[in-house]
Amino acid sequence: MASSETAFAEAHRARGLAPFLRSQMRNIAPFLTLIFLSAFFCFASPSFATLDNLGNILTQVSVTGIIAVGLTFVILCAEIDLSIASIANVTGIAVAYFTLQESYVNIANIPLPGAVAILLSILLCALLGLVNALGLTVIGIPSFIMTLAMMQIAAGISALLVRGQIAYKVPGLITTLGSGSIGGIPWIVIVAAIMLLGGHLVLTYTRFGRYVYMVGGNREAAEYSGLNVKLILGAVMVISAVCSGIGGMLGVAHFGSAQQNEFDTYLLDSIAAVVVGGTSLFGGRGGIGNTIVGLFVLGVLNNGLDHVNIDSFLKILIRGLILLAALVINVYAQRLREKAAE
Amino acid sequence: MREDRSPILELQGITKSFGGVEALRGVDFALHPGEIHGLVGENGAGKSTLMKIIAGVHTEFTGRFLVDGKETHFRSARDAHAAGIAMVHQELSVAPDLTVAENVFLGNQPTNALGLVQWRRMAREAGEQLARFGINVDPMSRLGDLPIGLQQLIEIARVLFSGARIVILDEPTSALSPPEVERLFATLRRLREAGTAIVFISHFIEDILLVSDTVTVFRNGRKVAETASAATSKGALIEAMIGRGGEALEHSYTDDLMLPQPSDSSVILKVDQLSLARSLKDISFEARAGEVLGIYGFMGCGQQELSRILFGKLKPDGGTLAVEGKPKTFASTAAARRAGVALVPESRRDMLFHQEPVYKNISISILDRISSLLLKPAQERDIAKRQVEQLQIRPPVVGLDLGMLSGGNQQKVALAKWLTYPPKLLVLCEPTRGMDVGAKNDVINIVRDLRTRGLAIIVLSTEPETVLSLADRILVLKRGAVVREFKNEPVSKDRLLEAA
Repeated sequence: MASSETAFAEAHRARGLAPFLRSQMRNIAPFLTLIFLSAFFCFASPSFATLDNLGNILTQVSVTGIIAVGLTFVILCAEIDLSIASIANVTGIAVAYFTLQESYVNIANIPLPGAVAILLSILLCALLGLVNALGLTVIGIPSFIMTLAMMQIAAGISALLVRGQIAYKVPGLITTLGSGSIGGIPWIVIVAAIMLLGGHLVLTYTRFGRYVYMVGGNREAAEYSGLNVKLILGAVMVISAVCSGIGGMLGVAHFGSAQQNEFDTYLLDSIAAVVVGGTSLFGGRGGIGNTIVGLFVLGVLNNGLDHVNIDSFLKILIRGLILLAALVINVYAQRLREKAAE
Repeated sequence: MREDRSPILELQGITKSFGGVEALRGVDFALHPGEIHGLVGENGAGKSTLMKIIAGVHTEFTGRFLVDGKETHFRSARDAHAAGIAMVHQELSVAPDLTVAENVFLGNQPTNALGLVQWRRMAREAGEQLARFGINVDPMSRLGDLPIGLQQLIEIARVLFSGARIVILDEPTSALSPPEVERLFATLRRLREAGTAIVFISHFIEDILLVSDTVTVFRNGRKVAETASAATSKGALIEAMIGRGGEALEHSYTDDLMLPQPSDSSVILKVDQLSLARSLKDISFEARAGEVLGIYGFMGCGQQELSRILFGKLKPDGGTLAVEGKPKTFASTAAARRAGVALVPESRRDMLFHQEPVYKNISISILDRISSLLLKPAQERDIAKRQVEQLQIRPPVVGLDLGMLSGGNQQKVALAKWLTYPPKLLVLCEPTRGMDVGAKNDVINIVRDLRTRGLAIIVLSTEPETVLSLADRILVLKRGAVVREFKNEPVSKDRLLEAA
């Protein structure tokens, strides 16, 4: 049997490079985009390709990266979470709400010890994620609608907590992780890297990770295999909310303030990072590796456009066009893969 | 009479390969107007591939393709449609939420000058068309509310009356009851008189012999025989299909078969007064260790719902389930699996992960037994290799994507995923549907082996042969109720059909 296996494997390999490349389109295309964009900006601006600027890019994508870890789980399951930015925002606001503010900040807050404030904030975002999870799995509301409602609910809680004011103080640990650095490397970059690595390890080497891919690949088959699909879907919604919450807390420290609507752009950026990276919107394909490439594409694009002389209003349009191109590639990669499998 | 007409469709030297594997090798095929052409062959012999080329689904192949004597190359199914070629695929493709009339006129609803749909005219014409087919339903009723067999007939009727000159039917009779099959055949004969060319693919060789004028046999991507139906026999066709003396393999089950004394081993599953909306009424039975319980009935008799309830996919409205004496209410399929119940549904699509390798498909249901937190891929592969070897899954490569395997082998993978740690109760829906004779025998042997290992096995099927070849005891289900139990008595295909 061993010999027949090798023989078949060879015959399989002999099919050539083209089908292999076609099936890997999902991973190759984002990488080529990244190389192309980097080369373009290197050429267009002398200040782009510096070590300092690389540090800038890394710092700029860190909050998005932390949020995108959880979102990658959700999209791998062929669901979506539109409440990530709102949950990031409310968690950031909550951690400030539980911290003693300067006297001029006019918020009726509840000062607590730092560790308790952090714990309560994480509990809050986990709870909101759990509401998403219950709505999706127990009641059966599509995640698109459920998280749309949650987006509004989280924004509402944020509004009630700060009432249009701005808070500045967060617990010391959060301040360090969000805006401090060690040996020249910002802590926030290290946290993002650790979370991305952790997400990758969970998805690749754990049983839960396999379940996530299988549920995304064919939900019906997962159910007929006796997997607890609802539990897995619920878990990814909670993971997504907690990642968003951590991103939100560090983001508040990073920006130096906690206020309403300060994370609004992170919804689109996080979804874009995951999808541009090549994780399939239909579930089951992709992963954290793809998300990292997607983060760099977005980071290089946002940063590079600042380095070249370009109408800042045009930037928004360009970002939209790049996102569209990535979506087109995402859908085509799926088709090419199906063809290669045929 | 046929000879003096030129073929409406002619294929010469068609070769088609998928990733280096040749699915068709130099096949010639001709179809004449007013002909019903039967196609037989084992799974993976190339029948469906050839038909998909004709229907414009596969567009890359080598060889000559002539329609009305003119060389043609379809670039899509739409091209084929425009040339008057229509195909009914094996899987139902209807719009269950639309009305019967809308389904009949799908894509070309009659409209008035303003472009508005003429509902009354559409309903009237749909009703007339279906009546010609012997189907009397309200054209304005929702299609999804009708029994599956009727839905399939309506889909076939739609294609037959679409005005196509060439109609391809892939396994049209598998979901139909005998009277429905009769109606279908009468219609096919009428269309033949009108000059339509029909290709009829089926595993039911009796059906092929009954209705077709010509039969073509495929084996391993080649055409191995083409003969007039009147000049051949079931035995000869089977022999051509599998290339060896095959008559003994295909048991006809027309004679009486003696069912054994009922088992008195321990009761694994006890079902009491189970009911579900309009599908099931007061179903009660037991399944015992080391016994195969067959449940037979026509399509839509409630089998599917019953199997889903046993595996926790559907919740019953009333009644109780007990596994080894312990009452159970399965909140999920995961709960059913933990209680020792396993299900292989009738559709492979529902059960398998086509983009994942074979070994992940086999290990998915037992991952919690292999690993607690971290995966152990090497062990998964070993387990999968053992199953692949035991079930003779081809090719024996556990790292291959499942989608690369043929249908019969995929079906074996669906079974393999439950066999490493055998469940207490194994529920098999249509375990041999669409399989060739050899693969059927493999499955029969696997099930018998599991029985001797003490599993309780329930086989649900709409094909009497399947139930007869496997079961020790047979329940007949009719409109959601158990109408007859066969045990320790002679049973045959006729007796089963009569009871249903």
